[in-house]
Parts: sequence; structure tokens; C-alpha cells
Amino acid sequence: MAQLVAKGVTKRFGGLVAVRDFDLEIEPKAIASLIGPNGAGKTTLFNCIAGWYPIDEGELLFEGHPIDKLRRDQIARLGIARTYQNIRLFPGMSVVENVLVGYHQHMHSGWMGAVMGLRSVREEEASAQAEALRIMQFVGLPGSGKDQSSNLPYGEQRRLEIARALITQPRLLLLDEPTAGMNPAETRTMTQFIRRLRDELGITILLIEHEMRVVMDISERITVLDHGEKIAEGTPREIQTNPRVIEAYLGHRATAPAAPMGQDAPAP
Amino acid sequence: MMTGTSIPWRGTLRTGLIGAVVTVFLSLVGIVDVFDARPLIAGAISLGQTALVLALLGIGYMAARSVEASRVQVVLAAAGAGLIAGGALTLLILLGAVIDIRAVFLHASPKLYGTLTLGLGLGGSWIPAALGAAIAIVGGLGSRLPVAARRPLTTALVALLLTGLFAGILRGAMLTTSLADLARLLFAPLGLTLLGAVVVVVVVAGGRELLTYTRLRDRVRALPPLRRRLVTWPAWAVVALVVLVLPQTLGSFVALVIATVALYVLMGLGLNITLGLAGLLDLGFVAFFAVGAYTVGLLTSTSEFGIADWPFWAAIPFAVIFAMLFGAILGLPILSIRGDYLAIATLGFGEIVRLLAGSDLLKAFLGGPQGIIHIPKPIEAPAGDFLYGPNQIYYIALVCAALIGFVAWRLRGSRLGRAWLSIREDEDVAEALGVNLVQTKLLAYMLGAAFAGLGGGIFSALIGSIFASSIQLFVSINVVAIVVVGGMGSIPGAVLGAVFLIGVPELFREFSEYRYLLYGFALIAMMLYRPQGIMPAKFAEREVHLDTTALTGGPVMGRPRSP
Repeated sequence: MAQLVAKGVTKRFGGLVAVRDFDLEIEPKAIASLIGPNGAGKTTLFNCIAGWYPIDEGELLFEGHPIDKLRRDQIARLGIARTYQNIRLFPGMSVVENVLVGYHQHMHSGWMGAVMGLRSVREEEASAQAEALRIMQFVGLPGSGKDQSSNLPYGEQRRLEIARALITQPRLLLLDEPTAGMNPAETRTMTQFIRRLRDELGITILLIEHEMRVVMDISERITVLDHGEKIAEGTPREIQTNPRVIEAYLGHRATAPAAPMGQDAPAP
Repeated sequence: MMTGTSIPWRGTLRTGLIGAVVTVFLSLVGIVDVFDARPLIAGAISLGQTALVLALLGIGYMAARSVEASRVQVVLAAAGAGLIAGGALTLLILLGAVIDIRAVFLHASPKLYGTLTLGLGLGGSWIPAALGAAIAIVGGLGSRLPVAARRPLTTALVALLLTGLFAGILRGAMLTTSLADLARLLFAPLGLTLLGAVVVVVVVAGGRELLTYTRLRDRVRALPPLRRRLVTWPAWAVVALVVLVLPQTLGSFVALVIATVALYVLMGLGLNITLGLAGLLDLGFVAFFAVGAYTVGLLTSTSEFGIADWPFWAAIPFAVIFAMLFGAILGLPILSIRGDYLAIATLGFGEIVRLLAGSDLLKAFLGGPQGIIHIPKPIEAPAGDFLYGPNQIYYIALVCAALIGFVAWRLRGSRLGRAWLSIREDEDVAEALGVNLVQTKLLAYMLGAAFAGLGGGIFSALIGSIFASSIQLFVSINVVAIVVVGGMGSIPGAVLGAVFLIGVPELFREFSEYRYLLYGFALIAMMLYRPQGIMPAKFAEREVHLDTTALTGGPVMGRPRSP
């Protein structure tokens, strides 16, 4: 059974149809990509899945549960986590505090216990911190995490955002342009890291990505959106040779389909 | 800032014109001539003159800052700016001689002109311009002094100003003790004596230099933690002792002021949770204050409105609980509103409660404008006892404030504190990480309400009555200002905020309506130059305690460390 199912999802903003009659099925432990030109509706779709936007038509199912009427925190509790196109950390909080916010739902101590400093609260806090440090090591964030998160270099901010998503213990992770703004070396590291997330942690990955090399390298299935509609779906090889995709990207018929897509990402 | 290539005169002119506005304003609103009667240093300089001198020093300093190069340029720029600022006063005097501006500006009197010309009148109308230039040059040169020389000077100047302003209170306090002779030496009936001024400058500047010279602070920091405690704990003990003894020595007026300050510290710490940690701008704080105050009033009053005749101590828990419940009832429908809109909605609730308290509708229960009187003091203490009058309220508020500070500190290091901070920073992302916004915000709101209720309950016992007119929007605004000016989310900030915004204006009663003028200026300056507050929540203060043993699976101690 597919882990994430979208059936006929439509999202309108006033007169604009951002996503139209969209169908999607993602198998557990898959790595799937959403691609498409700017304004195609990729991030809108992420926002619908993660509960940021109510959808106008259709339904969204996660592991069989309808999620399109749920609040964001309820969706997070079901096991969907996400990152953001423009990194959205809690800038005034430390690195480790950022991560620990993601662990909130797995902690249960109440305010009275915290005020009294109960033993159970202290133990829970200690194990939460140990877990946060473990996750930080896993994503490759060095140090004790006491630095202010906004002082981290860009690449580490990206990794912190992923660490914060990972500690919620998701089964589906939505990554919105995880390699945006990275140099080729960083991009390669990130690509390998995304694969590790699936291989080692068994997390299903759905990513939006403009860097075609990344997409073609790690995706098992690719879904192409244009003007809010799905125009193609398939394996990387099928997508690379699909004339409609080429047209959507280049605007007219191209002669050498694979080469330009493999080398040049459209400017974001 | 002017660069070396552009004309420095433009910066000088601009600074000078700003200065002209300031000096003319100080003169026309009456600060110069009214406070000419109140000396800062008896026989030497009055407060009115001090205001002008400080403004001119500042102008010179600013003008010097806008030029870069040589000392000559600095002197010229400062002199020019000072000349313009002082010259404006000269023009004012000449204008006053030609046309009658007194019809509009009450304070543009011969008395003002006399003060400005050092008693010479029209013939000395050149004096303000000349003095302005001279004083501004001093300020300008001051800006070029090396830091090591400037720092003790500015410290001494500030100390001189503060001791001069508070001379009456300090003198009064010392007169009741064995220091009476010293008090008569240092303080005149109004202001400092010349000797006192010298002593203050020497002691403060010298002390400051001694601190810098011995690098005491660095040395204490460098000590190993255990030995550091040997130094810091006695220091805190001295502070605690001063705080405890304070109302006993300062007389009944000051005792009432500091009891009020302690009350606002308590409420500031309460709102610090709602606003400082969770970022919920609550302008209806007074609503919960009212619930607490009327609960204590109704339960303890011996008047006709009293319903239970309970002692204060039995009533105060109910004040807290009712305020908290009220917070839940008000909070649930409005907490999904964000930011500024929440502020407006809470403002509305505050006004509703204020109007209800004074309404005819509830007059039979709450007494309407006449209020509830005969609210007994928590502790019956005879006059002269150390718990007499406002003193006991001071101690009660102090204990409660310490309690709230403790609660806030514990919560800040907990899972909830992190959730609040994350909501303050980005509530969408917080929710997407699994934080239940309604639950978490409601808790912050209810805790803030509970502490407001506690403050209200203590307030009604302090005043001995509760009237609808005590339920003012100004209470909410004051508490918000305390938190913002002190530093959002900072516990010592809330304390300092209450001292500066509540205590200082109360102590400046002798300056009547002018104190709120200055209060307003201080707020604006604060937000311009130090928007993060007097003592912002240092980033490190929130840092979580990371025990390496937690990593290796050894014995765990997850208690947050003291900031």
C-alpha cells in the first residue's frame, strides 16, 4: 500500500488554481522528487500535505489516515516532517534548542513538574538532550550546540533544519530544495546524506529540487508539475526523454533532451 | 556621519539645529526656570542649568563625532554647533524683548531670561551663545579623550546627577541613622553641598578606576567555579540584605514607593512569561489584575460588600485561581489571533473589565465607583513594627516576585519554555514540529493571568481598598513597558524595568508633571538606541545544560544551570 496518497487534490488562491486535480502515490521508503518550472505549484503541494494550506478538493491520505483536515501539529505527530525552501530556524534559540523543539511531542512532562524539578522531568530532559546530540552528530553538526542558530554557516543551517525534522521521528520527510545555494561539493554530500536517511533510517523522502543532477541521481520516481498540473511521472530515464517535460522546461521542442537537463538547472 | 571628503559644516549645522530645538524647548516648557530653584549642587548649579549644560555637552559630543580629522576641526565643529544651539536662546531673548511671546509660552518670562543671561538681562543676551559654544567645545573635546580617561569622567558625572537628584531621599535616610553628621556635610537641604559633590566624584571615579585597574571582574571570572562562589555569594548576600533592610531606613513615603515597585516587579515577571517567552502581546493584563483585586476585596473586606470576612492569606489563593480561570475563558477564543491583532483583542477585554467594574450593573456587588473599602492588611502590625504599613506588602510582594522568578526560570529551561520561545520566533514552524499552539499559548496566557491576579490581590491589600478607578489601562501599559524596557524574556530585566519605570517617576514627585515628559523621552530614546532592553535575555542565559555524562549514559542530572 502506498504511504502517501493524493487523490484529485486542487488548491486555489482566489481565481488562481495553484494545484489542479493532482494525483500522487508514494511507496514507503521511496525517494521521490517533485520537479517543475518556477511557480509550477510544487511548494504549494508541500504546504497542502503538511497542513499549511487547506485543500479545496480531493483528499490526502497518509498511511491510510486522511490528513487534509488535520492541523500541522497533528500531521507532525502522525509522522510527516518537512524543511523549508528559505531556511526557517528559530534564530534566537541555540542549535540544540532548535533540535529539541522537534522533540517536544515525544516529551510529556507538565509545567508543574518542571517547576518542582521532579526527578522524572530531569531524566526526561537529560535523555532528550542526549537524543538531540545524537541526531546532531548524525547530520554532521559539530560541537555542543550551544551556539545561536542564526550564527551557523549556511550549509550547517540546512543540516540543522534537517536535524530538527529528524528528531520528530518522521516516516515521511518533505525536503524543499535541500541543495539550494550549495556548491557542487556540498551538493554531493547532501545527496549522499539524503540517501542515507532512507537507507539507514528507513524514512520515505519526497523532495523538491531544481538541481537536475541531484534529482536524476537519487530519485526513484519523479513527478513533473507545470502550471499546477501533473504532466509526467516515471523513472529518471523516462522523464529525461519525455517530450512534454522538455517542452515545459525549455518552452519549445529541443534537439538534445538529456544533455541540457543534466547540466543546467533552471535558474531559481 | 560625515566623511572626510564632504563638508563637515553640514553635520555641524544639523547638530546645531537639533541642539537649538532642544535648548529652546527646555526653556519654553519651563524646565530651565522652574528647576532653577532646585540646586543640584547648592550654591553652584541648579537642575535647570544642568539640563541645559547636559544638552550642550551632548551637542558638542555629537558634532565632534560627525567630523573625523584634527583637533582643530573638532573644536570648530563643536563650537559651531554649540554657538547655534546657544544662539537660539540669544534669539529667543531678543525676540522676547521685541514681541510678547509670553501670551503663548507661559515660561518665556523675565525670570527665564535672567537665568539664561546669568542675571544680566537683555544686555547679556550674548551670554547663552558664548556659553553654548564653550560648553559644546568641552563636550567635543571629551569625545576625543582616550576611553581610560573618559569612562571615569562619565561615570562620575552620572553619579553626580543621580546623587543630586535623590539628595533629599538619601539625606532623609542618613539623618535617621548615626550618619546624620555626615549627611549634613554631604547634602544641603536641597541638593548636594560642594564638598558632597567632590566626594561623590572622587569616590565614584576612583572606585571605577580601581575596578578597571585591578580587573576585579576578569579575575573573579577566571576563578574556578567553587572559589568563585566564595566571592559571588557574599556579594549577593549583601545585595539581598540591602533589599531587605531598604524599607526600614527610608521612611514611609519611600516604603510605599518600593512596595509599589515590588508589586510591579511581580507583575512584570508574570507578563514576562506571556510576552517575553511566548511572545503574546497582552494589553489586557489589568483585567486579571482586577479579578485578583476584587476577589481579595470581596473575600476579606469588613465593609458591606465583604462576603466572607476571610483573612488575606485564605483569599489570595482564590485570587490567583480565579484570575487563572478567567485567563482560560478569555484566552481560548482569542489565542488563535496573532501579533498586533491579539494586542487589540486583549486591549478590548481589559476595557470591558474596567467598565464592568465601575458599572451600575455590578454596583450592588462591586460597589461601582465607590469600590470596596476596609480591606484588612495581611498582618496586623502596630506602628513602628518592622512589618507596619506598606513594609509588609513590600516583603510579601518580594517573596512572591522571587517565587515567580523561580517559576519562570525553571519553565524557561524546560520543554515548555522551549515551546514558548519557538512560538515567539516562528509559530508556524513550531506547529509543524508538533507543538500544539492552542494548548501551549493558553498555558502561557493563564500563568500570566495568575500572576496578574496575585499582583491585584496584593495591591488591594496595600491600598486597603479597591476602586473601579484603580483598574486603568495604564496598569497594562506600564507592565508591558516594564517587560519591553527591561528586556524581553529577561528576569533581571523585569526587575530593572520596574525600578526605572515605576520607582523613579514616583521618587521624582517633586518634578510634578515634568517627570512624565522625561519618562516619555526616556522611552523613545530607549527604543531608538537600545531596543533590546536594559538587560536583554542574554543568549547564554537560556543555554541548556549539556552534561557530557548524558551522552555516555552515565548518571544524569538534567537540571538547568543557574543563569
